[in-house]
Amino acid sequence: MATTNSVPTTTTAAETADGNLLVVDDVKKHFPITRGIIFQKEIASVKAVDGVSFSIKPGETLGIVGESGCGKSTLARCIMRLLDPTAGRVIFDGHDITNLSRPSMRPVRRDMTMIFQDPYASLNPRKRVGFIVAEPLEVHGIGTAAEIKLRVQELLEVVGLNPEHYNRFPHEFSGGQRQRIGVARALAVNPKLIVCDEPVSALDVSVQAQILNLLKDLQDDFGLTYVFIAHDLNVVRHISDRVMVMYLGKVAEVASRDVLYREPKHPYTGALLSAVPIANPELGRKRESIVLEGDVPSPVNPPSACRFHPRCPRFVEGHCDVEEPPLYPFGEGHVAACHYPLERWPMTASEMHRGRRVREEEPAPAPDYAASS
Amino acid sequence: MALLEVRNLRTSFRTDDGIVRAVDGVSFEVEKGQVLGIVGESGSGKSVTNLTIMGLNPRQNTITSGEALWKGRDLLKMKPAELREIRGSEISMIFQDPMTSLNPVHTIGKQLVEAILLHRDVTKRVARARALELLRAVGIPRADARIDDYPHQFSGGMRQRVMIAMALINDPDLLIADEPTTALDVTTQAQILALMKRLQQDFGSAIIMITHDLGVIAEIADDVFVMYAANVVEQAEVHDLFNRPQHPYTWGLMGSLPRLDADVERLTQIPGQPPSLLRPPPGCRFHPRCPYVMEVCKTTVPKLVPTQKDPGHLQACHLDEETKDREAAKLLEAMMVEAG
Repeated sequence: MATTNSVPTTTTAAETADGNLLVVDDVKKHFPITRGIIFQKEIASVKAVDGVSFSIKPGETLGIVGESGCGKSTLARCIMRLLDPTAGRVIFDGHDITNLSRPSMRPVRRDMTMIFQDPYASLNPRKRVGFIVAEPLEVHGIGTAAEIKLRVQELLEVVGLNPEHYNRFPHEFSGGQRQRIGVARALAVNPKLIVCDEPVSALDVSVQAQILNLLKDLQDDFGLTYVFIAHDLNVVRHISDRVMVMYLGKVAEVASRDVLYREPKHPYTGALLSAVPIANPELGRKRESIVLEGDVPSPVNPPSACRFHPRCPRFVEGHCDVEEPPLYPFGEGHVAACHYPLERWPMTASEMHRGRRVREEEPAPAPDYAASS
Repeated sequence: MALLEVRNLRTSFRTDDGIVRAVDGVSFEVEKGQVLGIVGESGSGKSVTNLTIMGLNPRQNTITSGEALWKGRDLLKMKPAELREIRGSEISMIFQDPMTSLNPVHTIGKQLVEAILLHRDVTKRVARARALELLRAVGIPRADARIDDYPHQFSGGMRQRVMIAMALINDPDLLIADEPTTALDVTTQAQILALMKRLQQDFGSAIIMITHDLGVIAEIADDVFVMYAANVVEQAEVHDLFNRPQHPYTWGLMGSLPRLDADVERLTQIPGQPPSLLRPPPGCRFHPRCPYVMEVCKTTVPKLVPTQKDPGHLQACHLDEETKDREAAKLLEAMMVEAG
């Protein structure tokens, strides 16, 4: 099954992997806030990622959405071991890579690469494109100089650039073309997994469509697996097979793409969906969007129990702020961390508000939603 | 009389590489209480159009021609002092990045009060009361405590609210919002758009909304014009634009949007890149990227003319209207597969 949020794991990496390419098991990343110069005392920590579990099958695309500060980029960096997780395990291709040393991580990096958000900042301005794309091949010692050159030209062609532009510098390319260079670099070593961290959010819509189509084509041609991080729900819907919604370092909801967008269960997912402007004046203006109050709270001192409760229209005092909701199952891998999930969708704000300020009159609802849905 | 009437506005910048024609013949009108949307990609000239109207382009190396009549007076011919009188009181502006448009070393209260005192002869106490009133109107919680906070103490969405408060503080007749929600998260964007709609109804100001996001346009605008490579390529009432788009570039923009309300396996992409404004292509500037390109497109610049069916719907394309209606219908049908 896709998500194992509560199961404590003592199993071996291979057992946990269970045919999945990537398993992320209760990963936490806390950044310490320290005081003092010589004796640094930890006074608090930013809980950027706080217990996230999911898994991805080969060839699948998992979309991760959430607002800024929800921990999605930190999570990506933990998967890539660009950051060391504070707790939890990352199992890639059957091997636990959580505690691998730098040298032993190196061969793993052939199989997992990353595409970054900002195509201006992620390419070295003083290196030629040929060098940038060839560098991963050289680092991993793949091929002779002549072979590498051929491979680079082939890669440039694959991502839709002119192979003769081998000798140009990044500044000679537009934003979309630079992102293509980033894609070529990520593809160079024939990886199994590509982590895409907001790969299209810096691009214009017409160029964004080009890159999204390219990523889809490459997936079909090379059988790639993607972790696709974005804040744009339209983009995530377009590219993903399964979508995970994060809020303040926790998983709010995971479901297959169609289910998540058709029948969201978590009120936060609902609010996100209703907040996306629709490029259709008739539909858009008829719809009543659920406007959340306030801002995302600080991850230094997150709200108790359900982290969404201070902004949630369905908040029930004495329950949501006391007992943290586990990921309740709704069938077919659909899970949502909410005690009072949405009964249907779409819902207007007032319908959602119904449960508000009801005190603890009834005991916690039976967690067995899977049977009823 | 229209509140703002822009006629044949052209702005060019002299650069080391030659002259960049950033805005090349743009005309439009804004009526009282109207929300005009300007949509286009980066470099299409949508921001420069408004910076020119407000006289905010660098004086050196900028060449401007045309007219921008504000209540009958040409903004482009005004002296800097006259413009300053109008800016911030009759016309105000909200920018994309609220952090760089607020002064980090002064409290927001001080900055709001300054905006009032510049234009009105009132005491500081009155100005502060007005500032507080506006902060409440834009929905800042505990406004009386937060008025003495510095910009960094606010979140992005709250800072944008402060900017909106500052823009509205002198009851402007026209508010120019340049990508006001682009830097914000979707839920915050929904809050800000809802706020702008409400304030527009309450205060009755006209709004020029500049954005690259057709979704935002569909939510808030009454009339829209689409810009491409320094030109207006289509102009219409918002429902007309979405129901009967008449320009291949508009089709491209709509087709390249991944959407929640429709299921498309593959996005229709616009091939290539927007052209350099140093050396724009001859004829129709969209022709190198246009799938419907004809010989005439490569030589003759299409004029922005009304469509036969609807005189209020302007477009600049050589294709005949029948073909365009057919293609537009095809596009809409493709996008409506799963709409609902």
